[in-house]
Parts: sequence; C-alpha cells; structure tokens
Amino acid sequence: MNTLKRVHGYIAEFETARDVYHAAEKVRDAGFKDWDVHSPFPIHGLDSAMGLKKSQLSWFVFIGGAIGTVTAFSLQFVTQVLIYPTLVQDKPTNIGTLPAFFPVMFELTVLFSAFTALFGSMILNKLPRWNHPLFASDQFERFSDDAFFLCIEARDPQFSKDETLKMLKDIGGKSIELIEDDI
Amino acid sequence: MADAQTSEPIRPVLAREPLVTNGRSMSWVTNKICGIVENRQPALWWYLFIPSVILMGVLGYCLAYLVVTGVGVWGNNHPVGWGWAITNFVFWIGIGHAGTLISAILFLTRQKWRTSVNRAAEAMTLFAVICAGIFPAIHVGRFWMVWFLAPVPNANGIWQNFKSPLLWDVFAVSTYFTVSVIFWYVGLIPDLATLRDRAKKGIRKLAYGFFALGWRGANRHWRHYEMAYLLLAALSTPLVLSVHSVVSFDFATSIVPGWHTTIFPPYFVAGAIFGGFAMVLTLMIPARKIYGLQDLITHKHIDNMAKIILLTGTIVGYAYIMELFISWYGGNKYEQAAFENRQFGYYKWAYWAMFFCNVISPQVFWFKYCRHNLWVVMAVCMCVNAGMWFERFVIIVTSIAQDFLPGAWDFYHPTRIEIWTFVGTFGLFLGLFLLFLRFFPVIAMSEIKGVLPESDPHYLPPETFTHDAEGEKLSHKGLKKTAKKTAKKTAKKTAKKATKKATKKATKKAAKKKKN
Repeated sequence: MNTLKRVHGYIAEFETARDVYHAAEKVRDAGFKDWDVHSPFPIHGLDSAMGLKKSQLSWFVFIGGAIGTVTAFSLQFVTQVLIYPTLVQDKPTNIGTLPAFFPVMFELTVLFSAFTALFGSMILNKLPRWNHPLFASDQFERFSDDAFFLCIEARDPQFSKDETLKMLKDIGGKSIELIEDDI
Repeated sequence: MADAQTSEPIRPVLAREPLVTNGRSMSWVTNKICGIVENRQPALWWYLFIPSVILMGVLGYCLAYLVVTGVGVWGNNHPVGWGWAITNFVFWIGIGHAGTLISAILFLTRQKWRTSVNRAAEAMTLFAVICAGIFPAIHVGRFWMVWFLAPVPNANGIWQNFKSPLLWDVFAVSTYFTVSVIFWYVGLIPDLATLRDRAKKGIRKLAYGFFALGWRGANRHWRHYEMAYLLLAALSTPLVLSVHSVVSFDFATSIVPGWHTTIFPPYFVAGAIFGGFAMVLTLMIPARKIYGLQDLITHKHIDNMAKIILLTGTIVGYAYIMELFISWYGGNKYEQAAFENRQFGYYKWAYWAMFFCNVISPQVFWFKYCRHNLWVVMAVCMCVNAGMWFERFVIIVTSIAQDFLPGAWDFYHPTRIEIWTFVGTFGLFLGLFLLFLRFFPVIAMSEIKGVLPESDPHYLPPETFTHDAEGEKLSHKGLKKTAKKTAKKTAKKTAKKATKKATKKATKKAAKKKKN
C-alpha cells in the first residue's frame, strides 16, 4: 500500500464573514497567490479583499450570444430566402424580410448565451470535480452550513509548513488543519 | 477590536423590516430547509400527492384517448378551432412568468426579499411550462406529426414558415423552458452541496453529490458563479417579457376582431405576472404554514407580493377598459360588435367573472389589513387564478365564436375529455411541485444566508459597540440582564407548554385505554 502523501495546504476556520474578510486582506497583502476562501454564500466585497479582478465570463457569454444571433439569422435567411423562397402573406423573400426574423434571432441569442453562461462558468471554475483533497477534511464540510474557511495551498511559492501555520494563527484562524492528498 | 466603536445613530422610523425574523442563525436556516428534505413528509403531503398522482393518470388517459381516437373527442370545431387547449396553454404559460419575474427582474433590481421565494417560484415556472407545453403539442391534431414544429425540413424539402408567430412561439417557449431550467439549476448548485455534505452515505449522497458538481464554496468559484447568475438574470428579463409578447402575437397579428390590437403584448405580460404571483402565493402560503417557514417567508414577503398583484391587476383592468375604449373610438364595426358580444353576448358570464376576479377583487389589497390577513390573500389569489383563466377563455372563444359572418357563428362548449385534460394538468402541476418540496431545498439557503445581517463583512454585533452615536459610553450590563430575563421567561413558557402537552397526551391515552 502506498503511504506517501502530498501536502495540499492548510485550512483555517473563521467564525464570521467579517473575520474571514479581514483575514483575506492580510493574506492578500502578504503576497500569496494560490489560496482561497470557502464560504456558504458569496461574501460581498471579498473579491477585492482577495485581490481578484472581475470575472471574464461576460466576454464568453457575449461571444456565445453573438453566435446565437448569427445562427438564427442564417437558419432563417438560408431556408426562407436562399434555398426555398417561401412566399407567405405577401411578405418579401429578400433581406427586407429581416424584421420577421427578429423574434427567433432574439430567442436563440438568449438560448446560446444561457448555455455559454452555464458551461462557461463550469469551465472557468474547473467544475465538475467530484474528488478534491479538501473533501478529505471532516470539518471542511461545514463550509456549506455556517463556517468560513481560508485555505492556503502548498503549491504557492510562499508556502512553508511552519511560517504559514504561524501566519494563519496570527490572523485569527481556528482549528487549523494540514490537508494531505494521496498520491 | 479594542478601539472605541461608535454605534450608528438609531432611526427607528427608517429601520427596515428584517428579511429573516427572530434573528435566526445560518445553521438554523440550514437545519430548517434541509430538514424538510431529510425528514419524513407530513401526512398532508401524502393527502395531496396521492390525488395528484390519480389526476396525472386521468391526464394520461385523456391524452391517450385523444391520440387513439382523434381530435373529434374535443369540442373544437368551426369556427372555434382553438378552444380550451389554447386557453389552457396561455393560462399555464402565464403562470410561469411570476417565477422568472421573481428570480430575474427582482434580482436585477436588488429586491433582496426575493431570496425566500425565488426557488419555489422558479420550480413553479418549470412545472407550469411543462403543463403548458402539453396543449399545443396535442392540439396539432396528429400528435406523431409534432416534429413538424421543429426547424427541420419536411419530406418535400420545405422548411417551416419563420415569419409566423406560431413558429416564434415554439422558439420562445422552448427557449424559455431551457433557460429557466439552467437558471434554476445554477441557483441550486450551492444548496445541493449543502445537502450532499449533510448526507452521510448512500444514494442520497451520490445523487446530490453528482448534481452539486463538487461545489466547494470557493470564492474564486463564487466570482464566476455570481457573474453567471447575474448574466442569466439579465438574459431572462427580456426573455420573460418576450415570451408572453410572442404568445400575444399569435392573436394580435391575426385580423380577427377582438384579437387585432397593439395593446396585447404589454397587456399579456402584465396579466401573466399577475396570474403567476397569485399562483406563487397559492402554493407558498400553505407550504409556509405546513413546513413552519414563517421566519423566512414573512408577512413582509406576502405584503410585497400582494402589492405586485394589486399593481398588475390594475394594469390589466386598465387594458380591459382601454380595449373597450379603442373599439368604440376606432370606429370599426366588427371590432365594436366583438366587444359588445363579449360583454352582453353568449359568454357574458365569462366576461364579467373575469372582470370581477381580475380587476375588482385585487383592489382590497389597498388596505394593509387585507394584505396581512392570509385568508383574504388566499381568497383573492383563488379569484385571480380563476379570473386569469377566464381572461384567456374570453379572448379566445368569444372572438372566434362570432366573427365576420353571422352564418358561421356557433356556440362552443368543451367536452368531458377536454375538462378532464385540464383538471389533469393541475394534478401534474401539483404532483411535480410536491416532489420538488420532497427532494429539493424549497428556499435558496445560500442566498438567504447572504441577506442575514451578519453576512455583511462590515457587520458588528451590537455588543461590540462601546460608545453610542453621541460618544457616550455604553454599558451592556442592562442589555445582558434583560436578555437573560427573557431567556428565562421563554424557557419557563416552553416548559409549561411541554408539560401541558404531556398531560394532555396522558389523559388521551388513558381515555383510549378506558374505551378499549
């Protein structure tokens, strides 16, 4: 049996959103990069407290929506005007038909954007990922109830087994736990 | 925290009502909501679920009978080709709109009270759209030809007519359903993670875990998650307005008197939100009572929804009256005749039932007493539910039963199959909603936790203030004493209650034994 383990990082518990918010500011100022805050709900303003920029997702969704618009336009224009001009209710069969195509163009824009928002956020979050070293911790599952965890990962260049532990204690972290991962 | 903290000046008049009453904590919220899913359902759940399943069976029978026998089993005939099927379709699709309004529009406008009701309202949207989707699908006559609606060329290489509002409707409703599912699911992910973490093993852990996608509540994830949610809300907002507008185009772009009006899209959208909110309240007031959610769905929520019903009901009333005015002012005699027939013709009972239920009954919500009395709220909601069905019936049936040629006029009435199909969809709707209550968190826990006062990273509990607004030193001794006193009192009360209950039970048991 393989008994080798790799250190994933430290987690420290904080009792309130306020505590974890101020702790995050200190960790950010200490210059850490691979770390995160786990909370039961999105804490307002934590992105800037962690030094994170705005999510790039809106660009993906814009592109997805644009593809939707173009798809709907081509679907209708090609079928109604180019390959089989369908004359209904004396409406023209040329680019002048465009207004009648708007509803479907709108709907497909929304549809494609919604799918991009769902799958785009999943890709950016690297989810689904059902197995994660953090799930090995017994206390960690309380993140989805009322506990706040700050996790500093071992892959961070500044990580050190003793220094980081000390820092987490200094900023008020409780029940600090070293998370290890099977190799 | 040793620095002197000054509390904010207290302005009791401007203080907002808390969204969660009795100062409930986060773990209380988790236990309460997850408890509904994890514990046995109350007996009432079964009393509602079993009839719902029976009605689902009735629905299935009616549909099968229709497909096997032919469309003649319905009362539809010339000149009324749309009848109950399309009435029911518009009714159900309208119900759905309140869910999206709550989840999307109130999200964009930062109405935080939406968090207590949005999950259930969105679920209601999905189930209402499922019920709605049945009707146009079976109304095509030959059900096995329903794929003609999809954008696929038929055997002659001819495509659908993309200039037709009926085709727009196919796109609008299917997009609406899909986007609503996505929106609902994205909102569910953090709560599914909560259920996963509470489940110890077995199929429950596996199923919730699978759909929670391994959610870890990481802030780097929340960042994208919140953006996705915001974008979905921003997309759903025009979408929900477009869906009922497109539904109204089915009518408005025709030349039938009574349908051919430009007021239809806004009028339909307002009506949809109106009817949908009534259905949300119809479902949520009993659910709140049965599951003891009074601290989460407070009187404030019901009050707000009652106000929206009042507003949209009044818009609908305005539309009814404006329609009458325009038909008179427009000078088109067919239009005038159509509206005269609506009010005083064969179907006048339907018109006046609609007018009373939709315009008159919600006016009681001007009074705070009525908005806070749940029996009154329920009664009005029932009126509105019925009234909105009558609205669609009036629009569809009265307009085409008597159109241009008197020789073609006819009276339409539904057959038993049509009636039971409609009743059956209520079974489907209620059954699906009950299953939702059984398996999903009925209230968005992560969002509720986010609106608690202590979730604000700048929140300080009142005990931490050392000085008041004027700079005078505060002593918390008095506060602590009163807190202790009240705690003692409540403890005494509960103890008394418990003993009373125990004695009652004991006496009952004794009585039973005696009888035996």
